[in-house]
Amino acid sequence: MTEPLLEMRGVKLEGRSDETWNPIINGVDLTLARGEVLGLIGESGAGKSTLGLAAMGFTRDGVRISEGSVEFDGIDLLKASASVKRGLLGKRIAYVAQSAAASFNPAHRLIDQHVEGPTQHGVMSKAESEVDGMELYRKLRLPDPENIGFRYPHQVSGGQLQRAMTAMAMACRPDLIIFDEPTTALDVTTQIEVLASIRDIVEQFDTAAIYITHDLAVVAQMADRIKVLLKGDEVETADTRTMLSAPTQDYTKSLWAVRSFERPLKSPVVASAVPAVSVQNISAAYGRVPVLHDVSFDMHEGRTVAVVGESGSGKSTAARCITGLLPPREGTISVNGEVMPADYRKRSKDQLRQVQMIYQMADTALNPRMSIGEIIARPVQFYLGLTGKAKRARVDALLNQIELEPSEYYNRLPSELSGGQKQRIGIARALAAEPKFIICDEVTSALDQLVAEGILRLLAKLQDDLGLSYMFITHDLATVRAIADEVVVMKDGRVVEAGPKAEMFTPPHHPYTDLLLSSVPEMDPDWLTNLLQERGVDNIGDAAVGKM
Amino acid sequence: MSTLLTIIAAFVVMGGIAWVLRLAGQKATNNAPQFRDMSFGVAFGYVLGVVVLAWLAWAFVQSRSSDIAVANKFFFFGVAIKGFIFFSIAAWLFRLFGRHVGTQWSRKTFRHMPLTASFGVLAILIYAIFAIFAGVIAPYGQDEIIQGVAANITPGGDPAMGGNPAFPLGTDQIGRDILSRLIFGAQNTVGIAFATTLLAFFIGGSLGFLAAVVGGWLDQLLSRAVDVLMAIPSLIFALLLMTIASVWSSRLGIPLTVFMVLIIAVIDSTRVFRLARAVGQNIVVMDYIEAAKLRGEGMWYLVFKEILPNATAPLLAEFGLRFCFVFLMIASLSFLGVGIQPPLADWGTMVRDLAAFIMFAQFAPLAATAPLLAAGAIALLTVAVNFVVDWMLHKTSGLKE
Repeated sequence: MTEPLLEMRGVKLEGRSDETWNPIINGVDLTLARGEVLGLIGESGAGKSTLGLAAMGFTRDGVRISEGSVEFDGIDLLKASASVKRGLLGKRIAYVAQSAAASFNPAHRLIDQHVEGPTQHGVMSKAESEVDGMELYRKLRLPDPENIGFRYPHQVSGGQLQRAMTAMAMACRPDLIIFDEPTTALDVTTQIEVLASIRDIVEQFDTAAIYITHDLAVVAQMADRIKVLLKGDEVETADTRTMLSAPTQDYTKSLWAVRSFERPLKSPVVASAVPAVSVQNISAAYGRVPVLHDVSFDMHEGRTVAVVGESGSGKSTAARCITGLLPPREGTISVNGEVMPADYRKRSKDQLRQVQMIYQMADTALNPRMSIGEIIARPVQFYLGLTGKAKRARVDALLNQIELEPSEYYNRLPSELSGGQKQRIGIARALAAEPKFIICDEVTSALDQLVAEGILRLLAKLQDDLGLSYMFITHDLATVRAIADEVVVMKDGRVVEAGPKAEMFTPPHHPYTDLLLSSVPEMDPDWLTNLLQERGVDNIGDAAVGKM
Repeated sequence: MSTLLTIIAAFVVMGGIAWVLRLAGQKATNNAPQFRDMSFGVAFGYVLGVVVLAWLAWAFVQSRSSDIAVANKFFFFGVAIKGFIFFSIAAWLFRLFGRHVGTQWSRKTFRHMPLTASFGVLAILIYAIFAIFAGVIAPYGQDEIIQGVAANITPGGDPAMGGNPAFPLGTDQIGRDILSRLIFGAQNTVGIAFATTLLAFFIGGSLGFLAAVVGGWLDQLLSRAVDVLMAIPSLIFALLLMTIASVWSSRLGIPLTVFMVLIIAVIDSTRVFRLARAVGQNIVVMDYIEAAKLRGEGMWYLVFKEILPNATAPLLAEFGLRFCFVFLMIASLSFLGVGIQPPLADWGTMVRDLAAFIMFAQFAPLAATAPLLAAGAIALLTVAVNFVVDWMLHKTSGLKE
């Protein structure tokens, strides 16, 4: 075997907090051959991004490499001088960040930022590099490759920007690229296109890559080998196919098993039943921009209705209409057969109580200066008029319901909780109002898979115990499969298809539903290849959506 | 011309030394990263720092020279260096004290406190004590012309230099004790500045939050009104209004000081308004505010329970800065003769009254100290407050990470 391109030996990383150094990575080995793609997976906080940066000999502020060695093509990156590293980074090692929108300078055009690397390193002249950039744009299947470079970052879509960033990383034809969750922020239909382009170009130039992600199905498409990290330790490393078919460690198995959670089917709704919430023919607009067109659907007691669609499809706007934050132009919202005033300011306290909401970002949904007890107690006091011991008893009961120990969590601040725990507090605050209907707005999309699964199980259990109905807004079809009873598919502010889950997941579908369903990555490593063959290279992602 | 050449030559020599020392460091430590990756600018900076320190030490020795002419030339350098050392030690001792005495919370605060902040806290505490207990601490009354004592006694208390040990900071031009007037000045100037700042924050803060929460035409109306007020230079505007107020105050029988507090509070509340509105707007878009609105909470609850607790850090920092500006504005108005009226002691007035003594700085630096005492009191408090504000800003931005 030839010399490996990158060799990390016993790397230990430490992060500084409260004047002490705490370990982030406890001695991980990593070898990468030329042209090989290594998938690095783990939950948030597992240290995968930190390790990815360390592979470049770089650490963020407040992080240091305390032990170990990083050798890139015979050069020890940790002992190399600043000028040697300057010659390597960008030229032979490149980095693609998670948020392309935050990584491009909004004041300069794409091509101007593209040529910076090659001209700085003296690889190409500015003119050569511009021509080469267009060639790369073509290879990455960006539309109109000759001209797209002359646009500013805000003038292209998120998926296109991510590909432009990949092109920029490729500009000097590096030997190694580190991809840090490049598709996490994208819709499924857009993601597929970026994945296909990245995979192609990495293969064409025989570039080695470290692909960091928390999505197993994505890494299965991209990587030759997978390394699983847990809290700074390596769990296991194996060939992608071996890893998927026969994981040896319990943790890896549990990651694989998350996708198997599914609720039993419920009997169909009685046709004459009054729906818990009924949305009838609503149209809404932000100022002059129409967002919803004649949207209608019903949600019944004890059921979960999943509303799916890409970002911009109007699913969150529908929720804002139901809560009354955005009064619809036309149409009505009724709860248990009673028509609600369109504006939330005109609704009575009891009407407000009946519709509760759980937010996507638990961080911004909880007041950081209030203790958990105060946050949950407020609706208890506000709606139910409980005070003193009765209030405290109710809050304790709610904390027990969301499976957190009351005595331990009552006095804590939100910042002292993990992401999953914060989301549970959000659920408790909604429950405190004793509603019959709760809107869950992407409640699991900011969470790790294992934590998200716990939240889904909790929501399912609460539904069975309390007879709640949920409107579950999501773009993740795996979540839909796990929790929904009925599905509403939205696109461009219209309901494309609606019906019980069983119907939705069996053909024939509406073409858009079909596209959505087939775009969800599967754990099969051949999935992307097969899909591309099936659809044709030019018929994926935005292009396919555009043809609809 | 030769001076310029000397300076250039000095810089070239320093550059050479820096280069040689860096090379020596690289050789001696066998290319340790801190020497290998050190840029020339950093090396030069170290050498420059050493040279400046050496010059300061030399200047301090000069100020203690037996030759009066030389000593006079470096008199204020000596005072500054002595003051710096004295305050550093005091701040260090104060922090040491704070780390071992008090509640667990206060001990923890002192443990993470930089020296500058502990100096600021100490200075503010001392000012506060002087301001509150001025009547007890001051040896004489603020408007008391002491019988049988000459005017214009030099500070320092050294009879050989025209001082008097009974009046360590000397007397002013009509024979009042400067020490007592400084202490009463703390009460007048600092007390009035504090009241004014509080009022400015009450007006600006509440209107700013209201504009952020309600938005729409109310926001437009308030913001444009504030823009108009801010467009007028504040000192000139205050002077103009004070002139009008001086007519009213005699007619209505209300002290001019009340008008001054109101005028400065309104002018300064425009700045507070802008900050409160900006901070409020960032908080209003948070999901927890939306959740509270959807719960049906009223305006009072939104502003005081949901928004205010999250805005305290930037507002507190602004309070410190605003306090300095208000304080300086009062001193300037008094210096110009329309602020705090004699015979009340006020630092701005004291600087103006004794300003002529600045001329003595060349040959009798002790006499020139008289007007600088009040100026120094203003400067010290401003610096102290800013140190504390910087520290608080740093702490709150650290919390956000």
